[in-house]
Amino acid sequence: MSTVNGKAEEPVGGTSGRRAPTVADFTTGQEVRWCPGCGDHAILSTMRGLLPALGVAPENTVVVSGIGCSSRLPYYLDTYGIHSIHGRAPSFATGISINRPDLSVWVVTGDGDALAIGGNHLIHALRRNVNLKILLLNNHIYGLTKGQASPTSKVGTIGPSSPFGSLDNPFNPIALALGAGATFVARTIDSDRRHLTATLTAAAAHKGAALVEIRQGCPTFSAIPRQPSRAAGQESPAEPDNPAAPEHGPIRLSPGLPIVFGAKEQWGVVRDPSTGELGIGHGGDSRVVVHDPGTQNSTYAYGLARLAETSLAEPPIGVYRSVSQPSFDELYQERLATARPDGRGDLRSLLTGSDSWVVAG
Amino acid sequence: MPTEQLSERSEGARRLENVVIRFAGDSGDGMQLTGDRFGAQAAAIGNDVATLPNYPAEIRAPAGTVAGVSSYQLHIADHDIRTPGDQPDVLIAMNPAALKANVAELRPGGVIILDTDSFTVLGLEKAGYDIDPLTDGSLDAFQVHAINLTGFAAAAVADHNLKRKDAARTKNMFALGLVSWMFSQQIEDTIAYLQKRFASKPDVQAANVSALRAGWIYGETTEAFANVYEVKPAPLPAGTYRHMKGNKAVAYGLVAAAHQAAMPLFLGAYPITPASEILHELAALASNDVRSFQAEDEIAAIGAAIGGSYAGMLGVTVTSGPGMALKAEALGLAVIMELPLVIVNVQRGGPSTGLPTKTEQSDLLQALYGRHGEAPMPVIAVRSAADGFDAAMEAARIALAYRTPVILLSDAYIANGSEPWRVPEVEELPFIGIDLATEPNGVDADGNPIFLPYARDPVTLARPLAIPGTPGLTHRIGGLEKADLTGAVSYDPDNHDLMIRTRQSKIDGIDVPPLEVDDPSGPPGSGADVLVIGWGSTWGPIGEACRQVRAEGMKVAQAHLRHIVPLPANLASVLSEYHTVLVPEMNLGQLAGHLRRETLIDTVGYNQTRGMPFRTAELASVITRVIQGIDEDASGAAGTKPVGDVGARLAAMSEAGAAKPAARASTATANQHDVTREAGR
Repeated sequence: MSTVNGKAEEPVGGTSGRRAPTVADFTTGQEVRWCPGCGDHAILSTMRGLLPALGVAPENTVVVSGIGCSSRLPYYLDTYGIHSIHGRAPSFATGISINRPDLSVWVVTGDGDALAIGGNHLIHALRRNVNLKILLLNNHIYGLTKGQASPTSKVGTIGPSSPFGSLDNPFNPIALALGAGATFVARTIDSDRRHLTATLTAAAAHKGAALVEIRQGCPTFSAIPRQPSRAAGQESPAEPDNPAAPEHGPIRLSPGLPIVFGAKEQWGVVRDPSTGELGIGHGGDSRVVVHDPGTQNSTYAYGLARLAETSLAEPPIGVYRSVSQPSFDELYQERLATARPDGRGDLRSLLTGSDSWVVAG
Repeated sequence: MPTEQLSERSEGARRLENVVIRFAGDSGDGMQLTGDRFGAQAAAIGNDVATLPNYPAEIRAPAGTVAGVSSYQLHIADHDIRTPGDQPDVLIAMNPAALKANVAELRPGGVIILDTDSFTVLGLEKAGYDIDPLTDGSLDAFQVHAINLTGFAAAAVADHNLKRKDAARTKNMFALGLVSWMFSQQIEDTIAYLQKRFASKPDVQAANVSALRAGWIYGETTEAFANVYEVKPAPLPAGTYRHMKGNKAVAYGLVAAAHQAAMPLFLGAYPITPASEILHELAALASNDVRSFQAEDEIAAIGAAIGGSYAGMLGVTVTSGPGMALKAEALGLAVIMELPLVIVNVQRGGPSTGLPTKTEQSDLLQALYGRHGEAPMPVIAVRSAADGFDAAMEAARIALAYRTPVILLSDAYIANGSEPWRVPEVEELPFIGIDLATEPNGVDADGNPIFLPYARDPVTLARPLAIPGTPGLTHRIGGLEKADLTGAVSYDPDNHDLMIRTRQSKIDGIDVPPLEVDDPSGPPGSGADVLVIGWGSTWGPIGEACRQVRAEGMKVAQAHLRHIVPLPANLASVLSEYHTVLVPEMNLGQLAGHLRRETLIDTVGYNQTRGMPFRTAELASVITRVIQGIDEDASGAAGTKPVGDVGARLAAMSEAGAAKPAARASTATANQHDVTREAGR
C-alpha cells in the first residue's frame, strides 16, 4: 500500500476502472437493530444510496462512530469502520483522516455522544477543519440508556433522571458549530429523504469539516413530536397568520433564493437595516434576506440558527454555512511533504547527530 | 570516590576518578542549560556521565526564594557509573537561596563557588537567612570561593549592547566557563552550541560566548584558584557515542522502530510534564516521516493514535500519570480491537497533580490493572536514560508482532537525566515490520472468500490487520465483544469467555527473554543469599549499591526487570533460589505485590517516595542490613527487623503504642518464616 506512506497525492480514492459500486456493495449482513419507526433506518438507507453515488469505493470509505443508538450505524455499512467509545469518534477519525488523504472519513454521532461527553472533540475537529463528514443524529434524548434528557432536550423534559422536568438549557448544535468556526454547517430532517440526500451530498463535496445535524424524533422515548413533513403548496389550515405555527414546517434554506415560508410564502426572514439583526417579516418585504451560505462572516448564519428559538416553531433546514478554507488534512500533508522533499530522512544521521564522538576499540 | 579529595594546594591538573558537581540557582538562572552543557563537555572528553536535573513545578517561582531553586547535578567519572552521585563534591550556588537549599547535601570539605552579587541584604532575606552565611562561620567545613560572577559576566559582555538585566543573565555561562576550566574541559562545543542556539540573536549569542570565555580565562588567571582537576576518559566499548537524555532516547527509539517496521510513526499527544519533551522531539522530525499531532486532550491524543494505527501508522501516545488515567477507556478499546499501539508513561509523583517535576514509580499498578474488564496489556520499563532507545524499540516490536497496545514506563528521573549512549548501527537494529492482510483468509457458508479479522496466527495469536484502502477486506471493529474469527458483534456467553481467555493467552505468550542475574559470586543457588530485584530507573542506584556492598566483601545478586507483563518465564525459579529477595521501589511496594501475586514468593520491600532517586549509600546500607540480618538470624541472635526508614519509624511508633502497626510495616519486614522461601532454599 503506497498510501500508507502518505504519498498518495490523488484525491479521495475512486472506483475508476471497476464496476461502479451499488447499494448492495455498501450493505452488510449484520441485522439492523433499531426500534421500528426510528429515523435511523431512513438515514442508513439514505447513506447506502448516497455512498455509491459519490463514486468512492467501499474500501476507501471509513465510518467512525461513538456510543449510542446512532453509533451502531457503521456495522450496517460495508466499508471500513470503527465503533469506538462514547464521545470520542472525532478523535479516532482525525487520526485516520489526517494520515490518509486517500480516504473518505465519516463520523456518525448523536446528541449525547457529540454534545455531552464528546463536546470537546466535536468543537476541536470543527475548529481545525479536519476533513470529516460529521452526521449528528439529534433525537433530543438518550435512547440507548432509556430516555434521559440530553443536551438538546427542551427545558422541562421529563425522563427517568428528570422526573420533575429537566432544568438545563439545550444546545443549539448549529450555533455551537458556528461558534467553533465550522466551515460547513447544515441541518436536515430524517423524514425528508430528498432533503437529507441533498444535504449529505453537499457535505460530502465540502473540503474540510462538515457538520450535518439530522433532526429526528425517538419513537420509543418521544422526546419531541415527529416533525410534520410539509408538502409543497399544502395549505396550513390552523393558523395561517402565525409564522410560529408548527403547521408551516421548517423554513427551507436555498442558496441564492429569498428566505420565505408559509403556504403562500407569506412570511420571510428580514434583516433590520439599522441593527443587522434577523427577524420574521412578510414575504413581500424588500428587506427579505437572500440566503448566502458562502458568507464568510458567520454572524449571519448564527442569526439564522438562533431565529427558531424566539420566532419559529422549529428551526430552518438546509445549509447554513459553506465556506472554503484549507482543511487541516491538506495543511498537515503539505507540511510533511515540505519536511521531506526527498523522501524519508536518514535514520543514521539522526541517531548520530552532530555532537557524537568516537571511542576507538 | 575521588582518588584524591579536592584540596586547596596543587600544581597542575590533579586526576580524579570521579566527581559530583551540582549547579544551583534561581529558576530563571539557566541552571538546566548550564548543567546540560557541562555534561555534554564531559561526555565529549569520554567521561562516563550521569545527571540529575531537579527543578520546581512553577515556571518562575518567586525569584530568590528557596522554592524557586533549580539545580542540575552531574557525576562524571573515568569508569562505568550508573548514578548521578549521592553527595556533590562541588556546589555552584548562584544566589543565597541556592546555597541554602543545597549546602546540607554537600560533602564536608567540598568546594562551594558562589555568586556574591546576590548576597545582599534583600537576597539573604528572600532566601530566609538571618545572618550572612559568608560571615557566620557556617561554611567553615567547605572550601568557599566567593566570586562576583554576575559582575564579571556583565563586565565581560559590556561591549555587546545588552540591557543591564540581559547582561547579568550571562552569569551562568561565566560560571560554566569557570567550572569548565577547573575540570580541564574544553568549551569549543559549547561555543558552537551557543552560536547555533542564538543564531537569530547575534548580540545575545556574542554575549554568551564572551561570558563563557571570560569565565574560563578568569579561572586560568585568578590567584584564588590554584587547582585544576582532570577526570580521564572512561574505558567504553568501541563505537560512536552521544550524550543522551532519557526523553530523547525514547523519541529516537520510536523513530527507529517505525523505520525498522517500514511504517510512518504517528504520535498523538497532549502536553504534560515530564513527557512533553518527547512530543517536542518528535514534532521536529517530520523529515524522518514522523507525524505528530497535538490533540485537544489526553483522550483525543490516544484516540488519534489508535485511529492512526487503524490507518496503517505505528501509533504512539506519550503522557504521564494523570494522562494515563484519562486514557484508560481508550486503552480498553485498543485491547479489544487488537491494534498495535505504544503508550509511553513518563511517571511523576502522584496521586493527582502530585509532584509534577519529580520522579516516582507509582504508576505500575495503574499500568498493570488500570482498566475495566479483563484488559491485559504488555508492560515494559525503561531502566536508564540511554536505555530509552532499546526499550522503546522493544515496546514497538511487541505492539506490532502481537497487535496489542503496550505500556512503556519511564519516569521523570530517566526523562531528564542523561548519560553516554552508544549509537547503534542501523544495520544492527532488528527488522520489526509486519505483513498487512491483502487477501481474504476464509470462506463464508456459501464458500465465498471473506476476510476474518479475528482469525489468529497459531503461534502468536495475533490477528490479521487489514488497513482501509485494501479492496475486498472491508470490516468493522469496535468496543463491543467480537465473535471469534468474523469479528462480528457477539453477545454469546461462550464466545465472550473464549475471547477473554484468548486475549489473555496472547499476552501471556509474548516472547520475552529470561531474567538474568548479575552475581560475580556465582549463579542462582550457589552465589549470594540476597537478590536485589528492581524495575525501571532504580537500575542505576541498585547496581551501584551492589558494587559497594561487594567491594566491602559481601555477596549480593542483582536482577532487573525490563518486562513486567509478561514476566520472564524463569522468574519464579530464579527468585526461589535466594534466601531473601529485596525489592527497592520508589512507591509503597507495587512490584513486590505483583511478584507475590505472580510467583507466591514474599519479598522484602524498601520503599521511598521522596520524588528523588535512591542514593547509592542508602541502598548499600539497606542491602548490608538485609545480609547481616540473615547472618544474625542463622546464628539465632536476632529476629525480624524492619528495613528502611519508614519501616523503622512505623515499628518505633508501634512499640511506643503511638499507632497501630500498619500493614505496610510487615511488607517492609523480612518474613523469616515464609514457607515458599524456605521451600526454595
